Amino acid sequence: MAIVKNAVYMKEVELPFCPGCGHSQILPQLDKAMAKLNLDPRKTVLVTDIGCVGLSDQYFNVSAFHGLHGRSITYACGLKMANPELTVIVLMGDGGLGIGGTHFINAARRNIDITVIIFNNFNFGMTGGEHSVTTPFGGKTATTYLGNIEYPLDACSLVQAVNGGFAARSTIFDKNLADLIAEAIAFKGFSVVDVWEYCTAYYVPRNELNKEKMMKLLETYGFKTGIVHKVERKEYIESYREVYLNQPQKQVKQISLDTEFENNLTQKTEIIIAGAAGQKVKSSATVFGSSAILSGLYATQKDDYPITIMTGHSVSEIILDKKEINYTGIESPDYLIIIAPEGLAKVKRIIQSMRETSTIIIDDNLVSLLPDTKAKVEIFPFRKTANAIDRFSITILSLATFLARTNLFPIEALKKAVKLTQKEAIAEINLKAIDAGAKLVEEGAYAK
Amino acid sequence: MIEFLDGNEAIVKGAIDAGCKFFAGYPITPATPILLGMMQELPKVGGFAIQAEDEIASIGFCIGASMAGKKAMTATSGPGISLYSENIGLAIMGETPLVIVDVQRQGPATGSATKDGQGDIQFIRWGTSGGYPIIAISPTTVEECYTFTIYAFNLTEIFRVPVFLVSSKELSMTRQRIDWSRIEKPEVIDRKYLPEDANEYKPYYFENIDDVPLFSPFGGKHIVRYTTSTHDEYGNLLTTPEKIQIMMEHLDKKINEEKIKKYFPHIVKFDKQDDAEILVISYGITARSAIEAVELARSQGLKVSHLIINLLWPVPESEIKKATIGAKTIIFPEMNNGQYVLEIERIVDKSKVKIVRINQMDTTLINPRKILIEIIKNNGG
Ligand SMILES: Cc1ncc(C[n+]2csc(CCOP(=O)(O)OP(=O)(O)O)c2C)c(N)n1
Ligand code: SF4
Repeated sequence: MAIVKNAVYMKEVELPFCPGCGHSQILPQLDKAMAKLNLDPRKTVLVTDIGCVGLSDQYFNVSAFHGLHGRSITYACGLKMANPELTVIVLMGDGGLGIGGTHFINAARRNIDITVIIFNNFNFGMTGGEHSVTTPFGGKTATTYLGNIEYPLDACSLVQAVNGGFAARSTIFDKNLADLIAEAIAFKGFSVVDVWEYCTAYYVPRNELNKEKMMKLLETYGFKTGIVHKVERKEYIESYREVYLNQPQKQVKQISLDTEFENNLTQKTEIIIAGAAGQKVKSSATVFGSSAILSGLYATQKDDYPITIMTGHSVSEIILDKKEINYTGIESPDYLIIIAPEGLAKVKRIIQSMRETSTIIIDDNLVSLLPDTKAKVEIFPFRKTANAIDRFSITILSLATFLARTNLFPIEALKKAVKLTQKEAIAEINLKAIDAGAKLVEEGAYAK
Repeated sequence: MIEFLDGNEAIVKGAIDAGCKFFAGYPITPATPILLGMMQELPKVGGFAIQAEDEIASIGFCIGASMAGKKAMTATSGPGISLYSENIGLAIMGETPLVIVDVQRQGPATGSATKDGQGDIQFIRWGTSGGYPIIAISPTTVEECYTFTIYAFNLTEIFRVPVFLVSSKELSMTRQRIDWSRIEKPEVIDRKYLPEDANEYKPYYFENIDDVPLFSPFGGKHIVRYTTSTHDEYGNLLTTPEKIQIMMEHLDKKINEEKIKKYFPHIVKFDKQDDAEILVISYGITARSAIEAVELARSQGLKVSHLIINLLWPVPESEIKKATIGAKTIIFPEMNNGQYVLEIERIVDKSKVKIVRINQMDTTLINPRKILIEIIKNNGG
């Protein structure tokens, strides 16, 4: 049947849909709406979903994007974010609305400036008339042959629920359909028009659907028609521009860790710091690694902590070498620094595997928890000393003690790394902690 | 400039330097830092970054943005790649430039969520319906995370096919000393555009079957059609079998080892030792264990060669064939149940070469000694 005459954007060829299919009636209204807005075909994209409705774009002389089932809204959003000048119109069925529900809700919630037209024929046309999220209760479809036992979704209410921009409902019998579609397209923000229509191949014959029954359905469910919801609120891409693109540019200082200090490293050295959440283990390990690099060394760092980041262990592994470090696994470290019971529990197996030549440096409160080990043990009052400064400084303090004991590279390098990489207030505390940590060794405050 | 960076940070820098202007992702360890980094960096260069509602939307946004002319990237781990699956097929079918970073972790489903693995190697190749090819490149160091990201963009722009940058937790989340003065910065190459003054655009037109169609963005000077369906040069649905055959062959033939090599000179790294009968083959983070194992073996007077594969897909068969000449034993360590070794077994003459698999799936890096033991065991046949 359907060849649309005198259309502006539509090709004058026969449409592929079944006789009487509502799709053939909606498309000319879309054409009228587009003509009313005088859309530029190059700047207009029809994004079609899968289904019979997905055949539509081929009949328009505008740009078209035919994507996957249910995902049309995602491509539409991508196109729009990449080029906000585009007018992006999604044509999808009620099938697409169901499978892509999350994209519908989130596009509405973001209030991104695209328009979605739902070709709502209460079932999947293309696959043979199975039920969809909009099939009325009791509706007969291939998969609800004794009647639908699910209730239909109200797309407009969904938009309302997330305070999206614009939602309207209409039917193929509505004389104002083109105007309604035009208003939706012109709306700055997310807009949807839920158009109720016929699938003459499946839903209509199975349910003896006619205009009267369709109107009755609207009434039964209390589904409003016309513009159901409209709010003016900032469009998503505009917000992104305002908040993110126009953010004040902070001057980031470029920090180069050029060699400034000597080192006394003789071989690949593996260090593990076993602490707890809140002790700044990770960031202190990074400062330490940076200081090793300032001393002309190669360094690697990796961290281990539970997903529940504010509790439990925090363990960092550092490897130092004079050459490129390839393998970054540590089976049995040369040095193990233990500053919290959570960390200790995590490295128990490692402690048992440590060799005679290796050293454990441990806070004095934790000695009683230490399992048997072949490693040498050195005990320092880390916690007590750190608490006098700031308890978060315990990691950097213990690393300063470690450096003073081993003399792998100068304490000055650690201080320099703190100054280079940390904010002034924090750096000040950490510099104090480094002095205190080094002093623990000068005072000979260790025991074996 | 010397820094202390991890692989994820290097990937972000590489993406920005490659001209990436669009990123969409969904948080997942160990790929989340890439999302966070792109959200920080892209606005500074006028780009767009978004946390999507899920991975399907992430890749969908990227495909849309890419076809509007932006260089696009997304990043995830195994579970997210699973959700990308159908859209990977769309990007192949629609010939969409897109970089996909897979920071692998161990195991199926949620697996060991924050631990290392290399189990997605076959999945990324075969993870979408139809069986058509993608490109996958695999860095082994933080430096390569940077350079290979730029190469990944170049390759995806040139060949208009999704390019996977295959990382893993240990590579992406271990800091390393980086000396920028020693890092290669590949020339940035953009997709080939149809001249703006051309009258008509046939979005999927190619002259030779292995040519890549010219690009014109949505919103540009031409009317553009993009489609998920088998299509003709106009992007209209194809139903004639002979034409479908040509179109499918085109998708298959437009990429191959030789063509890729021109734009990505590091498809393999072959450390050959003359007269060595043992060859270690590796890729990704495991290559670094293998490098140490080979050093250890040689320091003991053993002869062993080492092939690192950086282009995982399509398989660099001719380079592999070259490297395996004269090898009596191939040792292949992988942090999975034996995946890429299948490609090697397919290529070499198994009656002449013994293939030793080292498969470690305990989330820890393979100790070089484990590889060394196999080298010693197999020394002298
Ligand atoms: C992922 C996926 N699942 C299933 C299908 C099969 N499929 C094609 S069309 C369709 C439903 C279409 O129904 P609707 O969206 O209502 O559009 P209509 O055909 O009624 O126009 C389905 C399920 C598909 N293409 N992709
Ligand atoms: S099957 Fe239904 S939706 Fe599809 S063309 Fe026929 S009447 Fe229209």
